[in-house]
Amino acid sequence: MGQEILLILLAYVKAFAVGGAICLIAQIIINFTDLTAGKILVYFMLAGVVLTAIGVYQPLVEFAGAGATVPISGFGYLLASGAMKGAEQGFFQAITGSLAAASAGVTAAVVFSFIMAIIFKSRTKRN
Amino acid sequence: MTGKTRDNYNENYLAYVKTQDPPTKHFKNCLSAFGVGGLICCIGQFIRFMLEYAGLSGDELAGCTSIVLIFIGCLLTGLGVYDRIGRHAGAGSIVPITGFANSVASPAIEFKTEGWIYGMAAKMFTVAGAIIVFGVFSGVLVGLVYLFI
Repeated sequence: MGQEILLILLAYVKAFAVGGAICLIAQIIINFTDLTAGKILVYFMLAGVVLTAIGVYQPLVEFAGAGATVPISGFGYLLASGAMKGAEQGFFQAITGSLAAASAGVTAAVVFSFIMAIIFKSRTKRN
Repeated sequence: MTGKTRDNYNENYLAYVKTQDPPTKHFKNCLSAFGVGGLICCIGQFIRFMLEYAGLSGDELAGCTSIVLIFIGCLLTGLGVYDRIGRHAGAGSIVPITGFANSVASPAIEFKTEGWIYGMAAKMFTVAGAIIVFGVFSGVLVGLVYLFI
């Protein structure tokens, strides 16, 4: 029982450390370059795809759990691993695999944003 | 800052702007990015544990965790809370999947006034569109490379 709680706590510590570190890298890049939020998102997603394709990201996901899947590089991981799984089955699945794996995230973003746009009005940004 | 020829007006101005910029607080910035980013990932881990407890597993578990996080991101954007977090957290609120949700929901709400089709729906993908374009393209490349090796 005590060991179980320790394992759960350890999972949170690992998620915090790895997820925080990925955000820290992004912040350092933002501090020293002129990259905007949109470009950072695209580059980190691409980094996730490349790291997954060369087999580095999978062990990180197994180690850190949500710490590796929650950052946008985890979205890239989802795309690449979907394509890699699809490639084992055939040509069609190799092409459709990536977006099929990411469909949950894209669908959720579109549907929830639509609902929020119906409910909320644009507010003036307070500084 | 010398010379007043037409060509270096722009350069002079940019150099002037740089002298007036407040200095970037590197350490504080990085600390809050690390803290907020880590915290969002911990919330993700918590949701993952809860859904696992509810009986989900594998791809379904990962997908549902993302869906819940994206919902939270969209809701906080609608309530105007996410922008306030973002001002302090920087990359800590951009890089997690909630930041992706924010980049979709924020223009959707903002451009609603320009109409539902060309405003809300079209502007929804100003940032997310780039992510999906590069994501799908690189995903197909990875799929084809793995197919032929």
